[in-house]
Amino acid sequence: MNIAVCVKHIPDPNLPGELDGQRLKREGVQGTLDPGDEFGVETALQLKQAHEGEVTLVSMGPPQALEGIRRGLSMGADKGVLVSDDSLQGADALITARVLAAAIKRTDFDLVIAGVESTDGYTGTMPSTLAELLGVPQLTFTNAIEATGDALKVHRQTVDGYQVVECSLPALITVTAGVNEPRYASFKGIMAAKKKPVEELSVADLGLSADDVKVAQNIVDISQAEERKAGEVIEDDGSGAAKIADYLKEAKVI
Amino acid sequence: MAKIWVFAEVNNGKVDTAALEILTKARELGGEVEAVALGPGSTDAAKELGQYGATTVYASDDEVYADYVAQPAAHALHELVKEHAPELILFATNYDSRDIAGRLSARTGSTLMSNCFDILGTDKARTTIFGGATVVDVALEGTPKIALVRPKSFEPEASGGEANVMPVEVDIPDDLKKAKRVERHEEQASGPKLEEAPIVISGGRGLQDASNFELLDQLAGAIGNAAVGATRAVVDAGWVPYAYQIGQTGTTVKPGVYIAFGISGATQHIVGMKGAKTIIAVNKDEDAPIFQIADLGIVGDALKILPQLIEEIKTRKG
Repeated sequence: MNIAVCVKHIPDPNLPGELDGQRLKREGVQGTLDPGDEFGVETALQLKQAHEGEVTLVSMGPPQALEGIRRGLSMGADKGVLVSDDSLQGADALITARVLAAAIKRTDFDLVIAGVESTDGYTGTMPSTLAELLGVPQLTFTNAIEATGDALKVHRQTVDGYQVVECSLPALITVTAGVNEPRYASFKGIMAAKKKPVEELSVADLGLSADDVKVAQNIVDISQAEERKAGEVIEDDGSGAAKIADYLKEAKVI
Repeated sequence: MAKIWVFAEVNNGKVDTAALEILTKARELGGEVEAVALGPGSTDAAKELGQYGATTVYASDDEVYADYVAQPAAHALHELVKEHAPELILFATNYDSRDIAGRLSARTGSTLMSNCFDILGTDKARTTIFGGATVVDVALEGTPKIALVRPKSFEPEASGGEANVMPVEVDIPDDLKKAKRVERHEEQASGPKLEEAPIVISGGRGLQDASNFELLDQLAGAIGNAAVGATRAVVDAGWVPYAYQIGQTGTTVKPGVYIAFGISGATQHIVGMKGAKTIIAVNKDEDAPIFQIADLGIVGDALKILPQLIEEIKTRKG
């Protein structure tokens, strides 16, 4: 089973975000592989173990996104593809999907894996747009995956529980953080990752036109949200519970 | 007049409340407001959609839309879009809607904006970034535009209209019947639904163990009319089912009172609950970000305070 995993290199989510004009600041910002993507890489590695094949990491981003790919390679993926192009700055979910679709179509894939949503942009629609462009079905929000050689059976999370969804390959799945426990990269893995092949491509290499990557949404205004003010913060000296009860009474809850 | 469409999810014969919220907003934008509902129960649902402002409802009761994930619905929507040319298509940021909207975007070549909490016109919408700290207005180009709106962004208000029902008769090709739902394990919890409860009690990692969620259930029982929620961290850890999750992914709540136990206040969580009228938080760490938005913050051990509070409320209620 050959698997393409979409990975994204993002500004470290533990650091406060910054804007650079109308875009999320990425230059000179400490970056990391999106923590949500580690679950996708782990899923791919487990499927490869059971069904053989090759795991390819596919990413779109500035040149430093190579670090994210290296991280996935050090976990055990086989190779990477990075699409980097100045014309992709500010790309929306549709453009991202077009680029990833073009890159993935060059590989011989049976399955595409992505996170449910990115941790920095959290649009949450890129994978289904990608599935449509690839002409494959999608199994989204999965937290349990069973695969045979040519079909999948997954648990798809919903608001009130889950659905069991089946489909044949090729297909695309999105994985939630509940699906597995991503492995740590070993020292050996980190060393090996440096030698694994990563193909770097431009928009033109993919055969996409300027129109295909033309941004159709622009920030026109930025303002600070009205902030909720902090109220009273007190140390619990044994009267904390009574204090909460008083508050609930005041709010006419009890 | 610009045509604005609202995609309405209908589950078990019930219209998703978020669709009614969005219809209410769409009416205000002053266009021609229409709705699309696909799957069993949709024709019956048209009446309610009409009451909230849809002048026409394109409806199909075909099981194919419930049986297969996203592809049939995206195909039917695309056919309808080609025929009726809406300017803007609004979806709720829900599971099935996200899947369908993403596919439609690929087909129509439409730019898509997610997580909107306000629609400013047929070509402009508003969202927040950085956990809600910064508001951004985004202009959208092309036709149709697609926007996904967070549930609870608007108060639903009926206008008392009546919709003209147009049956959707689109043939779904067999090669779009691939991802098949074969089982459903979906149960609604007893008590009020999380997104509708006037009081929400929720827990995070600070509760230390899955078994301690029992204390939240007891407190909810003692207060009455309360629902229990959780953070993504504890849902991912498998302590409680996904249905409990409040936040960016998960449910958005706007209760009268929100009580957070052992929740630090990651932005992913805050986005889903900061609309609460009153926020009470209990956390050991005095620097926890949740205290920055809480009306009452107690620096202390949630596991110590919870039993005391349950007793206190039982006593006061007599």
